[in-house]
Amino acid sequence: MSTIPEKTEQQTGPACESASLINSENGKLHKFNMDEILNCMHCGFCLPACPTYRQTGRESASPRGRIALMKGVAREQLPIDEEFENNMYLCLGCRACETACPAGVPYGSLLETARGVIEENKKSSQRPSWIRRIVFEKLFPYPKRIKALGTLLWAVQATGLQSLAAKTGLIKIFPRAMAEMQQASGKIASPFERKKRKRVMKAEKEKLFTVGLFTGCVMDILFYETNQATARLLTKAGCDVVFVENQACCGALHVHSGEMDLAVRLAKRNIEAFEQANVDWIVNNAGGCGAALKEYHHWFHGDPDWKERALAFVNKMRDANELLAELPSLTFGKPLPVRITYQDSCHLAHGQGIRNQPRELLKRIPGIEYAEMEQADSCCGSAGIYNLTHFDMSMRILDEKMENVKQTKAQIIATSNPGCLLQMKQGILRAGLQDQMEAVHVMDLLDRAMQSPHE
Amino acid sequence: MFSESKETGYISKEIKRELVSIVGAEWYLDSPNELYAYSYDATPIFQSMPNAVVMPGSVEEVAAVLKVANRHLIPVIPRGSGTNLAGGTIPIHGGIVMNMNRFNQIHEIDQQNLTATLGPGVVTADLHQAVEAVGLFYPPDPGSMRISTVGGNLAQCAGGMRGLKYGVTKDYILGVEYVLPSGEVLRSGGKNVKDVAGYDMTRLLVGSEGTLGVITEITVKLLPLPETKRTLAAYYKNLVDAARTVERIIASKIIPATIEFMDQATMKVVDDFAGLGLPTDMKAMLLIEQDGPEELVVRDIEKMAEIARREGAADVQIARNMEEGAKLLAARRAALSALSRIRPTTILEDATVPRSKLAEMVEEIERIAEKYQVQICTFGHAGDGNLHPTCMTDERNKEEIQRVEQAFDEIFRTALRLGGTITGEHGVGMAKLNYLDLQVGDGGIELMKRIKQAFDPNNIMNPGKLVPNHGRRRLVVKK
Ligand SMILES: Cc1cc2nc3c(=O)[nH]c(=O)nc-3n(C[C@H](O)[C@H](O)[C@H](O)COP(=O)(O)OP(=O)(O)OC[C@H]3O[C@@H](n4cnc5c(N)ncnc54)[C@H](O)[C@@H]3O)c2cc1C
Ligand code: SF4
Ligand code: SF4
Repeated sequence: MSTIPEKTEQQTGPACESASLINSENGKLHKFNMDEILNCMHCGFCLPACPTYRQTGRESASPRGRIALMKGVAREQLPIDEEFENNMYLCLGCRACETACPAGVPYGSLLETARGVIEENKKSSQRPSWIRRIVFEKLFPYPKRIKALGTLLWAVQATGLQSLAAKTGLIKIFPRAMAEMQQASGKIASPFERKKRKRVMKAEKEKLFTVGLFTGCVMDILFYETNQATARLLTKAGCDVVFVENQACCGALHVHSGEMDLAVRLAKRNIEAFEQANVDWIVNNAGGCGAALKEYHHWFHGDPDWKERALAFVNKMRDANELLAELPSLTFGKPLPVRITYQDSCHLAHGQGIRNQPRELLKRIPGIEYAEMEQADSCCGSAGIYNLTHFDMSMRILDEKMENVKQTKAQIIATSNPGCLLQMKQGILRAGLQDQMEAVHVMDLLDRAMQSPHE
Repeated sequence: MFSESKETGYISKEIKRELVSIVGAEWYLDSPNELYAYSYDATPIFQSMPNAVVMPGSVEEVAAVLKVANRHLIPVIPRGSGTNLAGGTIPIHGGIVMNMNRFNQIHEIDQQNLTATLGPGVVTADLHQAVEAVGLFYPPDPGSMRISTVGGNLAQCAGGMRGLKYGVTKDYILGVEYVLPSGEVLRSGGKNVKDVAGYDMTRLLVGSEGTLGVITEITVKLLPLPETKRTLAAYYKNLVDAARTVERIIASKIIPATIEFMDQATMKVVDDFAGLGLPTDMKAMLLIEQDGPEELVVRDIEKMAEIARREGAADVQIARNMEEGAKLLAARRAALSALSRIRPTTILEDATVPRSKLAEMVEEIERIAEKYQVQICTFGHAGDGNLHPTCMTDERNKEEIQRVEQAFDEIFRTALRLGGTITGEHGVGMAKLNYLDLQVGDGGIELMKRIKQAFDPNNIMNPGKLVPNHGRRRLVVKK
């Protein structure tokens, strides 16, 4: 009756009673928290929230199914093989299922564990996944290389020399992404522009706080202007803004890909950098980074010293929307008579519970007509590097999203995360709406409404 | 000829080729992860692997798959969204899980005849949305309505929160198209409100739990959408006052759309999830809703508030608007899942008693929990006498699980003694198989078996569910 041995018929208990530990081939122990897995009672409340389930109708592409597969692996009823890996990576990690789950199953952390188990297992069996290897080991840890990428993108854009990208081999890393980023990203700051950035921007009215801006790695290159806009808004709200030296990538993509060691290294660097800067708040404007930055203290199990330092860091961390909404109200001088909608960043909404703040801020802009979108908090398919690793699924999800976008008849889609922003720009192009609609980061939009017409 | 050999589910290469040629490679799944993902449903503890999963896209494909399965005596387990709570979609004898989710079209909403015709894979809440958009109303609303399929509702005869006034799924099914294991495609009923041509096969298929045939199309009855609705929450310092309020409301000849009951522990977890700010120091709450024309709704709600106060409610609050009411009800729908926050395993039951016995049943459940030293929370469709005593436990603790089984055994017997039933809406499936004869008697079981044989002589349709296979089962606690 059963193609898989063990455990058939009616199970009255798991294979191993304590079942929280599984053995990988190299003898290392990984922890699946069996209590967390068992907390999932298979009710399926999360199913309609899951974009990959909506697309495929397959249980294995649903949160309930993925948790069951993890249970299967934790109980050693399923092997840690390529199929399991594919299923775990088909997940967007958007955590919409966590919001939907009445049982409080911490899906995000279960997924991180699962991917950690997979990567650990791959190391022992020498099966590297090269796209992730290249991106994570060769690119993100080295700000210089990212800067180089930035320069390159800038050069490509400025000169239209496609072949340059091809020559350096970068095009091989991100074949479609390169083309997309080029098409979708706005003006990329030239290295010269980035060099002349002031290290501190002074509050424009009575100073309330000193804020360190977490500039992000990709963010600071592709969306340099958004960082500048965020800083300007903070100064207008009464903050000194410091561009803290020596900060690194947040490590979110590394964790989501099971690369815990690399992630921890980056986290330590950031914690040190901001400790030295001695600021009241640390502000980020990328939902995806923010969710990870706010979870640093979970990355240091068994290291109480670092855990404490991480916690201090986390307690200062705020999303830009979050802090701006709390500060004495910004007044916007320049009316923007446009119809606008907001696409939640998954890691802002589901990861950090920040939903109202960006909407409130947008609604404060005079002249704006706000239209809420159906399923605004459902993932757009960008999901870190998902749109590079799973291009087709990502585009199916994006096309579903664009149907809802169209319904709003908005002229502007605002988002709070660079990945989402690029993806929405891409979506507008795919839907052929580029003459009617633009995608803008909330901070850029607020900044537009701030500047007087002659500025 | 009830074949029950363990080899029943085996699918040879040739059979696989046949099945793939019918549904297409994309809709035939048999890799280990895929099979594992269909080895369970919302029922705790039960799990068993199928040999294949097919996702047919048309009635012809369903018929062709069934013919192949019937020829080779391979079990077929129809499946909607797998939210049933009776082990109804566990492939206990292996075989083919037939996932019906691709039948998700609403073919027609007939505003003249007040009917809708749809595929069984339509999600219940999607049907609600579609008919409400044109001012119509499909009342059955199980707690799982945002996930469950109408086909699954039909096959389980699902109830819901509006059962008190509007009845349950069976009261809304006018017609079905279904496929027998032989591959014959049959129809029963249709858009007619009256239809007495022969045995009522439609009614027979409702609640058949996938053991007779596969439903491929459904025609449901619709009502005009009520003009307005209002929600009331009453909080109590003890459970029995709440139960008595329910009895009194019904006795005073008011039929509200909904009366839901939650005890303290349930209120707490629901509040943790939904953040409603419920007064969790209270021992119990009732959630009451009335719908209809404005004046009637206001009058009934006031009357019921009065009754609640008289019966000892510590606080009575009327929701300010429909959104606030909807939020309360949505939170109640999450009760079962929210309870699983407390302990790793959540086992819920479905004992139902005549409404006049509600207070007595609630007291009995408390006593039984105490006797077996198990943690039982109770919530449910109080207006229907349909309680969901839910036990928070840990499936890894065998000794405790045994006490849980004993406690539930006693709860079932108590329900029957009070003139109730072992299951009000979740069905027999595997979970209640051992108790069915207590309720319907040996004669009842014999007749069910003969009906089953007439539809499914080879016993390939969802074997091991609803109809016991071997004579009369001894009533035992699972060891
Ligand atoms: C949180 C939660 C709350 C719930 N609340 C309620 C409630 O308030 N009231 C209530 O009654 N139930 C409730 N349930 C139980 C469950 O949701 C219902 O039984 C529902 O009807 C099952 O629908 P499904 O699509 O998930 O069917 P499944 O679980 O997939 O299948 C149920 C049965 O129907 C059969 N079946 C499915 N589709 C077909 C078909 N096309 N042809 C033939 N047979 C078919 C299956 O073989 C199986 O026996 C709840 C469940 C959960 C998890
Ligand atoms: S993750 Fe939560 S919502 Fe999803 S099936 Fe499990 S318990 Fe239900
Ligand atoms: S994280 Fe997103 S894609 Fe992954 S299971 Fe949850 S809802 Fe689905």
